[in-house]
Amino acid sequence: MELLDAALVNWSRAQFALTAMYHWIFVPLTLGLGVIMAIMESIYLKTGDEKWKKVTKFWMTIFGINFAIGVATGIIMEFQFGTNWSNYSWFVGDIFGAPLAIEGILAFFMEATFISIMFFGWNKVSKKFHLAATWLTALGATLSALWILIANAWMQYPVGMEFNPDTVRNEMVDFWAVVLSPIAINKFLHTIVSSWVVGALFVVGISGWFLIKKREVDFAIKSLWVGAIFGLISSVLIIWTGDGSAYHVAQRQPMKLAAMEGLYEGKTNADLLAIAVLNPEKTYNDSIDPYIVSVKVPVPGLLSFLGYRDFNAFVPGVKDIIEGGYETPEGTALSFEERKVKGKKAQTALNEYKKAMSEKDTANAQIHKAVLRENYPHFGYGYLDKPEDIIPNIPIVFYAFHIMVGLGMYFLALFALLVFMLYRRKMQNANWLSYAALFTIPMGYVASQVGWIVAEMGRQPWAIQDVLPLQAAISGISVESVKITVFLFAALFTALLIAEVRIMAKQIKKGPETEQH
Amino acid sequence: MTTYSILQHYWWFIISLLGGLLTFLLFIQGGQSMLFSLSKTEDEKRLLVNVLGRKWEFTFTTLVTFGGAFFASFPLFYSTSFGGAYWVWMIILFCFVIQAVSFEFQSKAGNIYGKTTYRTFLLINGYLGTFLIGAAVATFFTGSDFTVNKGNIAQQLAPAISQWGNGWHGLEALLEPRNWALGLTVFFLARTNALLFLINRLNDKALEDRSYKYLFYNAIPFVVFFLTFVIWILVGKGFDVNPATGEVSLEQFKYFNNLIEMPIVMITFLAGVVLVLTGIIWSMLSKTFRKGIWFSGTGTVLTVCSLLLIAGFNNTAYYPSSTDLQSSLTIFNSSSSQFTLTAMSYVSILIPFVLGYIFYAWRSMEKKRTDIADVNNDSHAY
Ligand code: HDD
Ligand code: HEM
Ligand code: HEM
Repeated sequence: MELLDAALVNWSRAQFALTAMYHWIFVPLTLGLGVIMAIMESIYLKTGDEKWKKVTKFWMTIFGINFAIGVATGIIMEFQFGTNWSNYSWFVGDIFGAPLAIEGILAFFMEATFISIMFFGWNKVSKKFHLAATWLTALGATLSALWILIANAWMQYPVGMEFNPDTVRNEMVDFWAVVLSPIAINKFLHTIVSSWVVGALFVVGISGWFLIKKREVDFAIKSLWVGAIFGLISSVLIIWTGDGSAYHVAQRQPMKLAAMEGLYEGKTNADLLAIAVLNPEKTYNDSIDPYIVSVKVPVPGLLSFLGYRDFNAFVPGVKDIIEGGYETPEGTALSFEERKVKGKKAQTALNEYKKAMSEKDTANAQIHKAVLRENYPHFGYGYLDKPEDIIPNIPIVFYAFHIMVGLGMYFLALFALLVFMLYRRKMQNANWLSYAALFTIPMGYVASQVGWIVAEMGRQPWAIQDVLPLQAAISGISVESVKITVFLFAALFTALLIAEVRIMAKQIKKGPETEQH
Repeated sequence: MTTYSILQHYWWFIISLLGGLLTFLLFIQGGQSMLFSLSKTEDEKRLLVNVLGRKWEFTFTTLVTFGGAFFASFPLFYSTSFGGAYWVWMIILFCFVIQAVSFEFQSKAGNIYGKTTYRTFLLINGYLGTFLIGAAVATFFTGSDFTVNKGNIAQQLAPAISQWGNGWHGLEALLEPRNWALGLTVFFLARTNALLFLINRLNDKALEDRSYKYLFYNAIPFVVFFLTFVIWILVGKGFDVNPATGEVSLEQFKYFNNLIEMPIVMITFLAGVVLVLTGIIWSMLSKTFRKGIWFSGTGTVLTVCSLLLIAGFNNTAYYPSSTDLQSSLTIFNSSSSQFTLTAMSYVSILIPFVLGYIFYAWRSMEKKRTDIADVNNDSHAY
């Protein structure tokens, strides 16, 4: 029997993080550009102006290049749950597998079918049918995001399930609770809108480049209009949905919220930090000041308000969550040690139940089952041993969160300025703004990646919040095997990324006029 | 039969059907494997790449959906096989990753590694993708080296539920000749179907003529390997499940008995075989007959679907463990809960609708056969 090895857990995490982050380089552009080119084609149909067709086709070519590699990185994501997180796949597969299957049936096929009409059907189907195909491609992409995000949201906040000791796994008891979980809805909105922002930044940045080069001015201005307005709307929406995210995190994952704000000792009337530098020496149970520098947002009690919709609410810090004893709507919070004891009790009860069942001792089995039920909400804590185990990497989560929010504010300002300048017809003389737009493209990607870092690193050590920590989610394979695949993926994806960037750059330089015939 | 059991059978049927569709759609891979032999000039290569390239997404997506549906309906298979036969699945995944970018990138300016590299990726995908999927599916009949103990989850030091018995993690399947037989069957079948597809789709004299010639050299080995595999498993031992106790034991002629005991499956199996052969032979005999792919395609779906049905139905363990018979996976001990299967069944009602729009889309795109001029006129050609 393969004994659990901490290195195995870490390498499996590295592999998942690597492949997910690669996948997430391409997905936002697919989602954002998909909608943008559908809007452009709609304008083409409405105005009948061939120039809009040219604009649409240019962005479609870019979409195609990006899409291919998005698909290439996606297939690994799907099978990785089985290959590297096999325990997880059994333990929660009854709930988690369904969205993945639905994604394939409902979303991927839609995308695959209509994308081929979109690319190859210009002269084969009617204009209206073609436009419908473009919108359906964008819709298919959005639906793929929906189902996978439902799955991810469920890991952050497991609902609609019950543990079955006979099969030793969690089973779904309420499909709609999983699908309509408020976390899932919010996560979907925030993620989709963030991808729209990335797409819009990409379009305005590249169009800015054409303006700087004084090429294709009409094309660039047309693209800028669509990109800037779409971006402005998305930027407003992202702040709204981001606030929703933070609210849900506060309710269901207080430790993540504490990490996002570097909050060690809880307070009522808590303030929100604008900028801060954390003290790397800080541990959860000393009295060092966690911040070396800190600048607050000048609205007292803002963090309390954002997390609990009440300026006076108590926001627990890392120390409070470990020591328990504060009041929550569900009652007094338990300490880490108390939860660990309950978690161990649940696990022992499971073993005893299994034993009693195999001895056909149903009376005893029922007793153990009741103990298991009662303590199940703390099941995952039974795998942990010290309080530090439930603290995520605070500096990473903290900085990632603040970078994302800061960039979000900046994007809003940038899009507003772009719309203003376009409206005043001054864009062509504002090279500085075009440069700003161009250099903001990578920042869109940064904001999007660090968003996932907040969400995923902030929930450590849990694969499934409170139920299954990473070390129990793992496959029984050797560290060497995983190491090899990590390096192979890193090499392959990097090689493909480099090729993709080069191809895209060439295609952009070629410009919209010279499409192949 | 209880409702739960009906659902488990229904989902095994869906998995089998998806398996059949996937095997048929592997004709894309079969075509890729002939990229450097069937097509000689650059124009011919370009034509071949484009004709296959307009469909590759469907094979890929079917593979993904096959995986997703398997996960949702039989999660224990997902965790046992993928986590155990790690290397086989990883190699399969790698060769699909390199496929996914290759059509789009191969002829684009600035692609760094050059056209031939991407075409070689397509070739690798064509060879390994088909062979390894076939070999992996053969283990449904020949067994693998694993144990399952669900109680492990509460063992702090070694929580993995499914344990593989050897360090080769799936590569050991290549020591079993029956796995080779099915691997090669799938490989040659994919090529045969590809040729019939090209005969149907292409408007290019030289390529057509060569396709007819190649048909012979691929169809014969396909038939030989197919018969070898089928006869071997039909006369060999199979993994029987005692319905009362759930105990697994080896039984001589198990799969043959399954065919006899499930006449409908036997009829679809035989009909499938006949259709495949009809498609091949008719095309070989008549150069004006271009519909061979419809026959052999339908036949492939039926045959593969029936083969998977005899692996899972009639109290058979579909993913047998050769080391510990009692760890073998059956559709009963590896499935999702009744609730999940029910919910998923509602979703599956949409499958015909999905197939419908795919069919409609293809029809509206393909009114006539493709030649090199079409490709050259297409603004998005690969
Ligand atoms: C449906 C589930 C799901 C989805 C949609 C994502 N992830 Fe995730 N992620 C996991 C499910 C998951 C996981 C399986 O649960 C991992 C593996 C190990 C772990 O901690 O959680 C994980 C780990 C993980 C880690 C490592 C965290 C750590 O080990 O400390 C990072 C950085 C990301 N993911 C990033 C992403 C990105 C950039 C995604 C966007 C595509 C993403 N995740 C989507
Ligand atoms: C673990 C999580 C994930 C898995 C298992 C996964 C799986 C996949 C797979 C298998 C594909 C290829 C589909 C095809 O055959 O066309 C794909 C593509 C795609 N995925 Fe993911 N994915 C994950 C995360 C995400 C997330 C978080 C999003 C969006 C929010 C997303 C959105 C998309 C989109 C839009 C595509 C279309 C192709 C492209 O982007 O170029 N995926 N994904
Ligand atoms: C401006 C204000 C913003 C706020 C208040 C905000 C808030 C949040 C919060 C709290 C999370 C964690 C959610 C969780 O753990 O469940 C999150 C995640 C995320 N954010 Fe933001 N965000 C903002 C802007 C942005 C921007 C500009 C982008 C990218 C362009 C972005 C992209 C993401 C992504 C991709 C995730 C991961 C998906 C998710 O968990 O929803 N966010 N955001």
